Amino acid sequence: MTPAGSLLAAHDLRKAYGSTPALDGASFSVHPGEVVAVLGPSGSGKSTLLHCLAGIVVPDSGTLTYAGRDLSGMSDAERSSLRRGDFGFVFQFGQLVPELTCLENVALPLRLNGVKRKQAARTALEWLERLEVDDTAAKRPGEVSGGQGQRVAVARALVASPKVVFADEPTGALDSLNGERVMELLTESARSAGTAVVLVTHEARVAAYSDRDIVVRDGRVRDPEFAV
Amino acid sequence: MSIGHTLLGLLESGPRHGYDLKRTFDEKFGHDRPLHYGQVYATMSRLLKNGLVEVDGVESDGGPERKRYAITDAGITDVGAWLSRPEKPEPYLQSTLYAKVVLALLTGRSASGLLDAQRSEHLRLMRVLTDRKRKGDLADQLICDYALFHLEADLRWLELTGARLDQLAEVIAP
Ligand SMILES: Nc1ncnc2c1ncn2[C@@H]1O[C@H](COP(=O)(O)OP(=O)(O)O)[C@@H](O)[C@H]1O
Ligand SMILES: [Mg+2]
Repeated sequence: MTPAGSLLAAHDLRKAYGSTPALDGASFSVHPGEVVAVLGPSGSGKSTLLHCLAGIVVPDSGTLTYAGRDLSGMSDAERSSLRRGDFGFVFQFGQLVPELTCLENVALPLRLNGVKRKQAARTALEWLERLEVDDTAAKRPGEVSGGQGQRVAVARALVASPKVVFADEPTGALDSLNGERVMELLTESARSAGTAVVLVTHEARVAAYSDRDIVVRDGRVRDPEFAV
Repeated sequence: MSIGHTLLGLLESGPRHGYDLKRTFDEKFGHDRPLHYGQVYATMSRLLKNGLVEVDGVESDGGPERKRYAITDAGITDVGAWLSRPEKPEPYLQSTLYAKVVLALLTGRSASGLLDAQRSEHLRLMRVLTDRKRKGDLADQLICDYALFHLEADLRWLELTGARLDQLAEVIAP
């Protein structure tokens, strides 16, 4: 059931919170290096889909395949090592570690993957430069603007060369100009690194940065690749 | 907005006289700009010539002759093709899109499918503009942004209308 050549594929995912079905038979796939926008009204199940795809939330039923491996059969430990090694994340509100400097935040994924402190700091600084926020290196997240914080978060998501970045409303808390810039930098960096992006948004102008889009309605997805 | 397709769509529910067509059109779509009789008759004779409608009967009741028009199979196909073909995204589409949604509901076609197809078409153009913006200078960026904001407004309307289809179907039920 996995579309040919896909890196990450989900088929017929279901997930309920109590009696509320958040996902009601959702299918989805993303190819290596592809930027896919997940559109849909608020409450339609976009975040739940993203959390299931990323292995943060375990679906009640359905299949999930990543690089040919069945995710549903993995242990929690295997899933979290996959998240650390292959996935990057950007959320609506940066979710940077407040006690660390911006540089340390960006270096963190490398450190968790066993990269030496100095090398990690050097690579992290390169990413801050690329995202045009190297002046935040010594500052803590509380001391930078929302737009800067999101760029730091994008740097952190990409620093360890993930195969997939999951971005949930990454511009949701930004004004138009900052939002545009974050989208430009995120998609440009991901494209040049060959990183796939799953981009959840309810804004069409943000979705226009994608290669392809799908729409979630009432927990169901229409992915043309699965169309009958 | 395509008056020919709209009149044709109205004929799908049954044969009507030219006068009746004009009245229904004005009622449903012509709030600011009612049709002239001349427009109706010119349109109907074009549709006749193209085989999309036929004359179903002529009455005179002592007065001038009144033709009753009926849609042909080719006409039904034509309405279907028009409804399923997304409009070229451009500003101020609302009257055409509104007419399409209403006619889809009136003729039992998929209004949400129509809205979905239009949404894809809008997004396709928005991608092109976003790409042009990325590669262009500031002037390109500003020009593209103008179009992007308008297209986004259309999309919001599509989304809102999609959420209100059941309500709309009740309101416009013949
Ligand atoms: N942790 C949770 N506990 C209970 N209900 C939840 C939880 N997460 C999501 N939901 C419900 O699931 C549905 C889908 O939510 P979500 O995936 O966050 O939608 P979206 O991201 O599209 O706004 C909503 O009805 C929401 O209230
Ligand atoms: Mg959400």
